[in-house]
Amino acid sequence: MNPIVFAVLLVSGIGLLAGLLLAVLSKIMAVPVDEKAEALEEILPGANCGACGFSGCSGYAAALSKGETKNTGLCAPGGNEVSKKVAEIMGLEAGNIEPMTAVVFCQGQTDKAVKKMVYEGVASCKLASQLFGGEKECMYGCVGLGDCVRACPYSAIMLCEGVAVVNPSLCRACKMCVNTCPKGIIGLVPKSRASAAVLCKNHDKGALTRKECAAGCIGCTKCVKTCPEEAISMDKNAAVVDPAKCTACGACHEACPTGAIRLLTVHN
Amino acid sequence: MKFYIALLVMGILTQNFVLSKFLGICPFLGVSKKLKTAVGMSAAVIFVMLLSTAVTFPLNSLLEANGLGYLQTIVFILVIAALVQIVEIVLKKYVKSLYNALGIYLPLITTNCAVLGVVILNIDNITGYAAQHYGFGHAMVNSFAAGAGFMLAMVIFAGVRSKLETADVPKGLKGLPITLVAASIVSLSFLGFAGLVEGLGLL
Repeated sequence: MNPIVFAVLLVSGIGLLAGLLLAVLSKIMAVPVDEKAEALEEILPGANCGACGFSGCSGYAAALSKGETKNTGLCAPGGNEVSKKVAEIMGLEAGNIEPMTAVVFCQGQTDKAVKKMVYEGVASCKLASQLFGGEKECMYGCVGLGDCVRACPYSAIMLCEGVAVVNPSLCRACKMCVNTCPKGIIGLVPKSRASAAVLCKNHDKGALTRKECAAGCIGCTKCVKTCPEEAISMDKNAAVVDPAKCTACGACHEACPTGAIRLLTVHN
Repeated sequence: MKFYIALLVMGILTQNFVLSKFLGICPFLGVSKKLKTAVGMSAAVIFVMLLSTAVTFPLNSLLEANGLGYLQTIVFILVIAALVQIVEIVLKKYVKSLYNALGIYLPLITTNCAVLGVVILNIDNITGYAAQHYGFGHAMVNSFAAGAGFMLAMVIFAGVRSKLETADVPKGLKGLPITLVAASIVSLSFLGFAGLVEGLGLL
């Protein structure tokens, strides 16, 4: 036989054989695909942030379609819109999500917080906070090296005068920064309505706090006594506002002697 | 027996596929960011290397017998691609957890030059040492050694890269450039094993 013809026959024969084998195998070994889960994955934002508590968007979609969870409102970045669409596919009631935004509970900018040293190591809050708690005297405040900035998938956080600041109009409340912050001073507050917040987590006694930072909560409890809704409580020398009870009347903001309490405005 | 040990030492240390033959650089740079994925990828590579050697080595005798040795590359690529696809289908059906763990790496191996490299080198036998031609057993051991060498390089480099994460890298070198520099230093360090096979009297 002509060697060229033989070569052509051999290669195409192997190709045909492999192709047939693959086609037959894929028919026999076909694994049923979960159509609902695939449709749900299309709807979910795909940021894989883990705010829902599952391993990424596909994990949440699989859990929903298998009936492991009936809560369609777990996707914070997707908000009500996604919740509604998911509920439609699953035939469930949509869970209502109050839009939230992350807030850094610290106002210790470079002009207010006293420094105890100059840190020149790796630019990482996690590492810096292991070295005497960072360069600020205050052990509870923002380290200001931007671990949260790098963690944010929506570029909603900026460093401003040594303190991280969240832009509420970009924040989708995915909690990546909340979980990243080594000081644990980032939390979620309502976005669609105004509320007061104590922007300090310093648990030291008042006199010590005063020496450390000009904007710290000194634990004077004036706000607790002023609040008409009893929405403020004390947590180890630092006041905490319960956003669920707060009506944003502003009484605590006016009473606060150090300006640690701020009224957060509405963002859409 | 001595020759088998020599093959293992050569494949893993002195003639490491990634660090001295520079094959399979793409997954070496792409998948070495985390130790877990690096190990998963390497395990898949070892598996595919062994499987494809087992099929291509006999197939080559068929080609040689018909004077079609020049078709090696095309036929081998075809066979490797088909094999990987079959493995993927079977794994998906029966070992779902392993399929999920390997993820995208399995299809990526289809066109991995380290796999094609090892099956061709098994036949061309150009290690520069072995006097005799490889038998089937030699080829299988050599494939395993190549895969294990790939795994060693991946694991070592995953460690290097985790150190790089916290290093203060100059702006112009950030990302891939510094990774390549690090890879070349690791590769250089493997030169230290040169002459190990002769020194141990394995050949």
